Amino acid sequence: MYVLYAIISLTSLGLLLGLLLGIAAQYLKVESSPIVDELEALLPNSQCGQCGFLGCRPAAEALAEGKAPPTLCPPGGSALVEQIAALLGVDVDLSTVAEPELLVARVSEDTCTGCTRCFKVCPTDAIVGAPKQIHVVVADACIACKKCVAVCPTECLQMHPAEVTLRNWRWAKPTPVFTVESDALC
Amino acid sequence: MLRTLFAKPRLRGGVHAEERKSATENSPVITHFPLPKKLYIPLQQHVGKPAEPIIKVGDTVLKGQLLAYSQGMISAPVHAPSSGLIVDVNDYPAPHPSALPIRTIVLETDGKDEWLAVPSVEDPFLLPPEEISLRVGAAGIVGLGGATFPTAVKLNMGRENQVQTLIINGAECEPYLTCDDRLMQERAVAIIDGVRLMLHGMGTASAVVAIEDNKHHAHAAMYTAALSYPHIQVIQIPTRYPMGWDRQLIRYVTGKEIPVGARSSELGVTIHNVGTAYAVHKAIRFGQPLVNRIVTVSGGAVGQPMNVEVPLGTLISELFSFCQVNTDKTARIIMGGPMMGDALPHSTLPVVKGTSGVLALTQDELRDKQEQPCIRCASCVTVCPAGLRPLDMANNIRINQLDTAVDLGLKDCISCGCCSYICPSNIPLVQYFKYASGEVMARQQAQHKSEQTKKLMDARTARLDKIAQIQAEEERERLAAKAERERRLAAEAAAEAEENA
Repeated sequence: MYVLYAIISLTSLGLLLGLLLGIAAQYLKVESSPIVDELEALLPNSQCGQCGFLGCRPAAEALAEGKAPPTLCPPGGSALVEQIAALLGVDVDLSTVAEPELLVARVSEDTCTGCTRCFKVCPTDAIVGAPKQIHVVVADACIACKKCVAVCPTECLQMHPAEVTLRNWRWAKPTPVFTVESDALC
Repeated sequence: MLRTLFAKPRLRGGVHAEERKSATENSPVITHFPLPKKLYIPLQQHVGKPAEPIIKVGDTVLKGQLLAYSQGMISAPVHAPSSGLIVDVNDYPAPHPSALPIRTIVLETDGKDEWLAVPSVEDPFLLPPEEISLRVGAAGIVGLGGATFPTAVKLNMGRENQVQTLIINGAECEPYLTCDDRLMQERAVAIIDGVRLMLHGMGTASAVVAIEDNKHHAHAAMYTAALSYPHIQVIQIPTRYPMGWDRQLIRYVTGKEIPVGARSSELGVTIHNVGTAYAVHKAIRFGQPLVNRIVTVSGGAVGQPMNVEVPLGTLISELFSFCQVNTDKTARIIMGGPMMGDALPHSTLPVVKGTSGVLALTQDELRDKQEQPCIRCASCVTVCPAGLRPLDMANNIRINQLDTAVDLGLKDCISCGCCSYICPSNIPLVQYFKYASGEVMARQQAQHKSEQTKKLMDARTARLDKIAQIQAEEERERLAAKAERERRLAAEAAAEAEENA
């Protein structure tokens, strides 16, 4: 008899909760996963497409679904990988992640015709100029998306490595003479 | 008794490196260094914002004349180290391991070394304390122990926080360097006067001059000079690198430990170098800005090791030729001490305010041994004065786990080099930490840039939307006007037709 009571009460409880959950899923539905928004906020948002996705939003969706590895974004470098891995709660081997080379666009003043095409496509308004005037790139605002390079008719816009100054000079990483086994960290 | 038993140890970590000070510690400071033909004066010789020049190329200046004024809260002005002609204001290699360009004033000396007429100075103890820090700031004085933090800012902080103890750092714990030692031996009275002026400037009651116990002559000279001032105490401290680190010294002298992220003045203690005290004496008593300093030139490749007083902006190469440095034997040039100093790529770089020594080391003095795997002896943990675990931090940095390294206390690392010095496996520990600190900084800057980028993109999108909206509105108005005009024309045509009919 007690067994029957237990079965009946637990079954009815299960059904009731299932129904509640079903209703909640219908009425409290989230349009998009909040983790996707968080991931998108981490990504550079330059929509460069180097990861193979159409932009940062699709990349973030793929990351959230686990279809892409946290190391997908080449411009982000290991700093971004570390942040993504922390958000998704996964372990990644950072020693294989290549650090991105810092690039900035620069206008060659000999060939610029002042066609204004580049500053119309610049997503951060980093190019200043006027029709038939030589344009110039504000290096601090350039995000190296290379959109201007693609539209320049005279190929006067080229990517150059960012200039090293006393302000951004850093010590190089010591090169290990021997390799460390993966279990050396404990 | 029990208290002393249970008290925390006053010294943590540290190493006793071979001192190698004997080459220079017993000979007096050379003051007749021949005036160089050209002086290269970088506009940033201090922590903070670079100074802004007020002279033009072609100006003639006198010794001690202001060349560039300080801008911003934390900055220091730069003065002419000798009289002569300004021949250039441009980018020249900086005295930095990268030797990247820095804005520099080039002064061609006229050989007269003529001082600017300085106003006669009345009794400085009648001046208000604020005036002392103003004058110290105007004299371009920065921490001469090597940290180059503007002294006036520190004096102001000391006054605002009502500091009770001023510690004068005469530790000079780095091997080879003896410039502070010689300064204390030869100019003790002036240093003590500088200490009294600093006390007056901060409104502080007492001072402690701490000198490592390997400098007996310096201690004797300072002790004698301070005898008539009971509020200035001269003490001996153990010889143990890095004794001159401010937190270590404060801990030893006062027993207070400065918490992470706090400043020493918040705990009622301020620390200044003996060289800084001497510079304050010169600035307040004689109105002379900081235009020269004592530099230790030593190392195995130096023919005549010595302490020499040189004008700021003197090229290290000229210093080397004066001290008969054998350039063929020189394997490495180091600015500062061998533990924390920076290796310079060449010697055509100027002496700046923070240059306490220049070393020309031979291959025998360097320790370029093969790196071996870590044997987990924990020597680095024992010697770390900041209480960190260097081996764990280095392992994490090696595989780019910088966040973990930061959690382990990377930001508290002072790059003293004790861990690398003691490591039996010759692991470049401190090099890892220097790399990682730079990388963490770079990441913060990248983070900041991506935030700025987002703002720029949002602004652009908002602007484009607004333009599109305005254009759409204009289009609508244009269409409406056109329709109105056609309607009117049609109405007129109809009226005309009616009239005709």
